Amino acid sequence: MTAPLLSLHGIGKTFGSVTVLRDVDFAVQAGRVMALVGENGAGKSTLMKIVTGIHDPDKGGEIRFKGQPVRFHTPRQAMDAGIAIIHQELNLLPGLSVAENIFLGREPRTRFGSIDWSTMKARAAGLLARLKQDHVSPGAPLGRMGVGTQQMVEIARALSLDAEVIIMDEPTDALTDVETRILFEVIRSLKAEGKAIVYISHRLSEIFALCDDVTVLRDGQMVHTGTVADLTEADLIRHMVGREITDQYPHAKCPPGKVRLEVKNAVADGVEDVSFTARAGEVVGFAGLMGAGRTELARAIYGANRLQTGTVEVDGVPVPLKSPRDGVRAGIAYVTEDRKADGLIQPHSIRFNMALGALGRLSRGPVVDRRRETSAVAEYMKAFAVKAPDMDCPVNTLSGGNQQKVSLAKSLLTQPKIVILDEPTRGVDVGARREIYVLINKLKEQGLCVLLMSSDMPELLGLSDRILVLSHGRLTGSFDRGQATQEGIMERAVA
Amino acid sequence: MPSNATSRTAETAANGGAGKAVLRFLAANKSLVGLILLMAVVSLFSPNFLTVDNLLNILRQTSINAIIAMGMTFVILTAGIDLSVGSVLAFTGAVCASLVAADASLWVALPATLALGAALGAANGVVIAIGGVQPFIATLVGMTVLRGATLVYTDGRPITTMSDPFWAIGGEYVFGIPVPVLIAAFAFIVCWFVLSQMRFGRYVYAVGGNEQVTRLAGISVTRVKIAVYAVSGLMAALAGIILTARLESAQPTAGTAYELDAIAAVVLGGTSLMGGRGYIFGTLIGALIIGVLNNALNLMDVSSYYQMIAKGAVILLAVLVDSRGKTNR
Repeated sequence: MTAPLLSLHGIGKTFGSVTVLRDVDFAVQAGRVMALVGENGAGKSTLMKIVTGIHDPDKGGEIRFKGQPVRFHTPRQAMDAGIAIIHQELNLLPGLSVAENIFLGREPRTRFGSIDWSTMKARAAGLLARLKQDHVSPGAPLGRMGVGTQQMVEIARALSLDAEVIIMDEPTDALTDVETRILFEVIRSLKAEGKAIVYISHRLSEIFALCDDVTVLRDGQMVHTGTVADLTEADLIRHMVGREITDQYPHAKCPPGKVRLEVKNAVADGVEDVSFTARAGEVVGFAGLMGAGRTELARAIYGANRLQTGTVEVDGVPVPLKSPRDGVRAGIAYVTEDRKADGLIQPHSIRFNMALGALGRLSRGPVVDRRRETSAVAEYMKAFAVKAPDMDCPVNTLSGGNQQKVSLAKSLLTQPKIVILDEPTRGVDVGARREIYVLINKLKEQGLCVLLMSSDMPELLGLSDRILVLSHGRLTGSFDRGQATQEGIMERAVA
Repeated sequence: MPSNATSRTAETAANGGAGKAVLRFLAANKSLVGLILLMAVVSLFSPNFLTVDNLLNILRQTSINAIIAMGMTFVILTAGIDLSVGSVLAFTGAVCASLVAADASLWVALPATLALGAALGAANGVVIAIGGVQPFIATLVGMTVLRGATLVYTDGRPITTMSDPFWAIGGEYVFGIPVPVLIAAFAFIVCWFVLSQMRFGRYVYAVGGNEQVTRLAGISVTRVKIAVYAVSGLMAALAGIILTARLESAQPTAGTAYELDAIAAVVLGGTSLMGGRGYIFGTLIGALIIGVLNNALNLMDVSSYYQMIAKGAVILLAVLVDSRGKTNR
């Protein structure tokens, strides 16, 4: 092996009294793709923020880039040196055009100092063509694009820097399968050009398909580094969680009860004439490609989106659904796909968030009953094994998995009959995932009716008693557990 | 968690020594430290400052702004703003004065005035929550329209009242304490209770924290918003009653620019204009800082032209200190 293009030695980082990284070594080679994996809270993002100048490391660590010791104090310095990062959260301005977003702060200028629009648009078009996004007009406002396209624009921005090291933090989370394949091709061509790629992902299959090397972080320490070819998936999981995980997808068998939910001819924004029933003690999985209408269906059943025609019956009683209030009253709970935007109120405490929807039950008249609230929140924190110092700690200090547990507990505190889980494990690490699966089984055994919307096929196949497939807002397939296969579902999903 | 001063002290006292608890309480209530420092400095410069009479005088002068600012706190906690409070004060004051002048019973005049204030505020809330108009614009319209309505209603002339019981609301003392101060103290206790102990208070913080999450939790964001503007209108009307009673007349131009002092008090008290964070105790302290500052500048014979500049500078300084603390965290 040649000398690494970028290397870090003995990097540590503490925030106040919390140690996030301890003595971490990390190195990437030109022309190779390095996977950086670890559970949520392992320190991956913090490490990359140090590399890109967002955080300063603690004293004692060393960063070398092209053999020279360097230290970046602002993201701009790192960018100018040739290190680009594609963040997990989209850092784009929806009001500006695609081209303006790509060249934000580095707009090409004319001789007179004004922005050279034609050069900018032409270069943007070139970058988009490289990502096979020719249908995207560089002058169109970004806000009108789907999340997947926005992610591609973010990637185009990183490419426009012509950086030597490109860090990608969960870039495929918002992408469709087709877009993911295009991204992989682009990464391979960048690799051939001699760029170094750092690839952060929870999706182990992607790591085995794409990456050359892998570094595993656990609790802020580097626990393994080596080539991907030397590892099996089980090895990797063991390194990540520090223990063996068997039976990744537990499934509880229980006899389905009476029909809890009946949806008849539902038509809503993105949903065309969907009918189905779901029983107590049953997990009904919803499969489909991105944009197939799963989230839209969930939101319509809950009252968050308007149901144009059709009816929703809970225990045989039609439910008027004008707002989520009606959904909650009818005993329907919805755990949102995007916890950051609409799942939790970030700076507020676990207590505040968990109790929010159930305050009616936890109050005497208009006054909140602190004692009842405390005991209910404590009970759910224990049942869900939420890892936090106490219930008054802000939810934004929790890891993704723990935030998801709080979000789940918040919905269940309303004592629903039906729970709709929309991508319950997105951005949740392997260990916490299994805990959430165990919880889903527990809910089922308690007689709840669970609707599971997920893009994670093994998860869907592992947990569901029945799988319904959506495509373009319509139901295109139905599989019982046992008959369902990944191929069979895929075939219906593209129908 | 929407924290408040008293529950914080209770918590800190439970898990630390008394000295540590005091330190932590002060760290959490920087505006209180600011107020104490300000009072210490002023007392060095002016021997007349730390006298019972003068302190009571400050409290009385502060009570009107404090009451308006408490209502404003509800609005700002939902990430809104209410620019109409000064005009609501003038309009409700005028209506109240004409009722009193027409010999209406105070038992009728006062509740009617408060209800009118709440209704005017609720109207702002409806325009904002149902009409979808930005709070800044909606209440700017409310401010303009109500000022005009006041001038129409009063024909541009003050309405004088001749009623001793009514005057007592603004001018009398009970146990040596001015009545407006007692009213403000009572309002503070009620506001504190609502924000920290009641379901509605939680919803106020929730709406300011994240509207979408609140809506998905099955809470009517529309109702919460209308209610906070109604609270603001009610408090402005209460302030209007006190001011009118004290002056024994309703001035058509009363309350001009009062919204600015109220917003300043809320911000000085550490409540975030982005919503979701802040507490009513801070607002009280913020109002007192402004009150002490006004009083001190008067005692030191600073011309009223310079007073405005000094006041602006102190507010800017306080907010800068506060925002530094936040970014360094």
